[in-house]
Amino acid sequence: MSQMSTHYPGATRVEPVNRHTLAIIVDNEPGVLARIAGMFSGRGYNIESLTVTETEHEAHISRITIVTTGTDSIIEQIKSQLSRLVPVHRVVDLTMTGDAVERELCLVKVVGKGDHRVEAMRLASAFGARTMDATLTSFIYELTGTTEEVERFIKLMTAVGLVEVSRTGVAAMARGPGSM
Amino acid sequence: MSETMTGAEMVIRALQDQGVEHIFGYPGGAVLPIYDALFHQDKVRHVLVRHEQGAVHAAEGYARSSGKPGVVLVTSGPGATNAVTGLADAMMDSIPLVCITGQVPTHLIGSDAFQECDTVGITRHCTKHNYLVKSIEDLPRVLHEAFYVAMNGRPGPVVIDLPKDIQFKAGTYVRPANNQHKTYHPTVKGDAERIRAAIDLIANAKRPVFYTGGGVVNSGPHAAALLREFVHLTGFPITSTLMGLGAYPASDPQFLGMVGMHGTYESNLAMHECDVMINIGARFDDRITGRLDAFSPYSKRIHVDIDPSSINKNVKVDIPIVGDCAHVLEDMLRLWRQKAPQVDKIALKEWWDKIEGWRARKCLAYRNSTETIKPQYAIERLYELTKGRETYVTTEVGQHQMWAAQYFKFEEPNRWMTSGGHGTMGYGLPAAVGAQLAHPDALVIDIAGEASIQMMLQEMSTALQYDLPIKVFILNNEYMGMVRQWQELLHGGRYSHSYSESLPDFVKLAEAYGGVGIRCEKPADLDEAILKMINTNRPVIFDCIVDKTENCFPMIPSGKAHNEMLLNDYLGEAGTDIGSVIDEKGKMLV
Ligand SMILES: Cc1ncc(C[n+]2csc(CCOP(=O)(O)OP(=O)(O)O)c2C)c(N)n1
Ligand SMILES: [Mg+2]
Repeated sequence: MSQMSTHYPGATRVEPVNRHTLAIIVDNEPGVLARIAGMFSGRGYNIESLTVTETEHEAHISRITIVTTGTDSIIEQIKSQLSRLVPVHRVVDLTMTGDAVERELCLVKVVGKGDHRVEAMRLASAFGARTMDATLTSFIYELTGTTEEVERFIKLMTAVGLVEVSRTGVAAMARGPGSM
Repeated sequence: MSETMTGAEMVIRALQDQGVEHIFGYPGGAVLPIYDALFHQDKVRHVLVRHEQGAVHAAEGYARSSGKPGVVLVTSGPGATNAVTGLADAMMDSIPLVCITGQVPTHLIGSDAFQECDTVGITRHCTKHNYLVKSIEDLPRVLHEAFYVAMNGRPGPVVIDLPKDIQFKAGTYVRPANNQHKTYHPTVKGDAERIRAAIDLIANAKRPVFYTGGGVVNSGPHAAALLREFVHLTGFPITSTLMGLGAYPASDPQFLGMVGMHGTYESNLAMHECDVMINIGARFDDRITGRLDAFSPYSKRIHVDIDPSSINKNVKVDIPIVGDCAHVLEDMLRLWRQKAPQVDKIALKEWWDKIEGWRARKCLAYRNSTETIKPQYAIERLYELTKGRETYVTTEVGQHQMWAAQYFKFEEPNRWMTSGGHGTMGYGLPAAVGAQLAHPDALVIDIAGEASIQMMLQEMSTALQYDLPIKVFILNNEYMGMVRQWQELLHGGRYSHSYSESLPDFVKLAEAYGGVGIRCEKPADLDEAILKMINTNRPVIFDCIVDKTENCFPMIPSGKAHNEMLLNDYLGEAGTDIGSVIDEKGKMLV
């Protein structure tokens, strides 16, 4: 009897964790983002990245893109829990629908002189980053790409004087002629 | 048809147009304009409670006993926060409510004004949906939408937070047009293909069991009628969760009793050993499943639920059917009749034999006494002496709640109101007030514990004010019995702070409120005392002094499987040898 220290069933077995990108179409009403973010925190789910903007101004419709991680059953729960929020129109799991186009934008500031400055310029051009600002001692580069490309770019730039990063998080869309 | 009126008048008009006859509320600065609008009409009757939590529970009792939405009106700040426990309770048990909270004027929101709180923020997680209305143009739509959202899909509480300046503002009222919502369209009709697959599975079952829940009750009396028909047609055994009691008549031989932590031996073993589980409107709550990895290891499972997020949440199922119970049951019945499948009579006979063996264990038997009233006996007598009447039972939370569920037999849906998911002590008395208001001529009993009753006791005053002759039947064991039981079983009998010290004299207390107090201490006096209570047409507090140390069995200790049930050590007159009914040895921890 003494090992029954808990009032609740124990945790179930461990399943593999995957990364999913969800596109959520919502009514852009007050509090909708709090509702969605709160659902994730309240139920203990992860948010790796979240982007949101009104996409149809007349209809007050916003599109939220969330990158999350979880086991298959947790991802299913996340989708059902999102769908049952009253202002949510649709939830599409872009990871399930096939390889979606996923892009994010980052701004990186590097500060330095001499070799570091030259190397930063070389790297930026190798990645196809655009120069958005330049001074005698600094650059701001803009790079748009997949999360992995952005991560790689930031990692390299760290070695040549990166001082600041700003990222938008993922915007994503399914390939092909179909639409949400 | 549109008319110009103030926001406060719109609230009352919308309630009238939604067919609301009763609301439960408590006034305060931020809702005074609405109270003023109430004053000028008599279609919507306001019931003044004594605490906002009581208002919400009363609305729950009203809703669950009548099938109509419950409506609550409270002020900002403390009014709203006092309502939170009730809202959370309604959320967990899927009770349709519309709760209107006052708010400080819009220009003061965010300034920490007097009695300001972030009501939509605080209630976001314990409501199905909530609104902060910042313009009078939105108000009529929000009012009607709130009722739609509360009632459709999986029901739940909806909060409308209404700033005081909007209540004063004039605007154009529009009547509820079509019961539609821009985004919220829950699926009510089940997928035909899956229903067909479900029928095939059911038809070929050898050890089937119906596992039904509150969803059947929420779906309405029609769902309960269809369930009875279908269960009779199949001849299968059926069990129910705490929230589903009454959807299927407890006296019917196919009914195995309640399932779960304090469910019957036969129900839990049937769930454990079945090969096909037909879940209609239940949600695999942890009080039902026990240890998940040992839950019903041999079964294929069908799950009918209106809320897709309930499906595959705790337990994986083979045939998920999203839809309203009544709709799905109707389709299932039609298909069953069309196909007229041949069930495996021999297998079913064997299955029923096995179940009868479990039944013969008489898991609810207890050792009665002529000295002290056993709580189980008290409920049995209460049931016998109220049988045949239109009786509604509410409960508080604790052992008495489980004994009520085990020993009171419910034959109809909507007659049993208890706080299942949230487990809120204090629910029963206000819920009885609400149920009595919805059914003025019925017998309404709150089966209570001496600890729980003190949490919402002030609502006795409401019962008196509105001539609601509710009966509070306290199983007084001088302990927070359920806590004491866990401390006995799990914490070495160290009864830390679970003794009900300094109890009031409940008889005098009843009289102080202007009601009637009855005390009973001897089993021999019980029937007469209960009859006296039933025949008193005023609010009664019945102080039933019961055995202080009785435990509630059967019990599946948390984290254990259905076949690891603890049973009462008393075998009963017809008690069978345990070994003969259990095939897997050593599973019983008697
Ligand atoms: C608001 C609230 N606080 C605490 C609990 C935990 N709790 C569950 S049962 C119980 C004891 C109830 O005692 P009583 O009302 O006398 O009922 P009994 O178990 O003795 O029948 C407690 C404290 C609860 N369910 N609700
Ligand atoms: Mg007690």
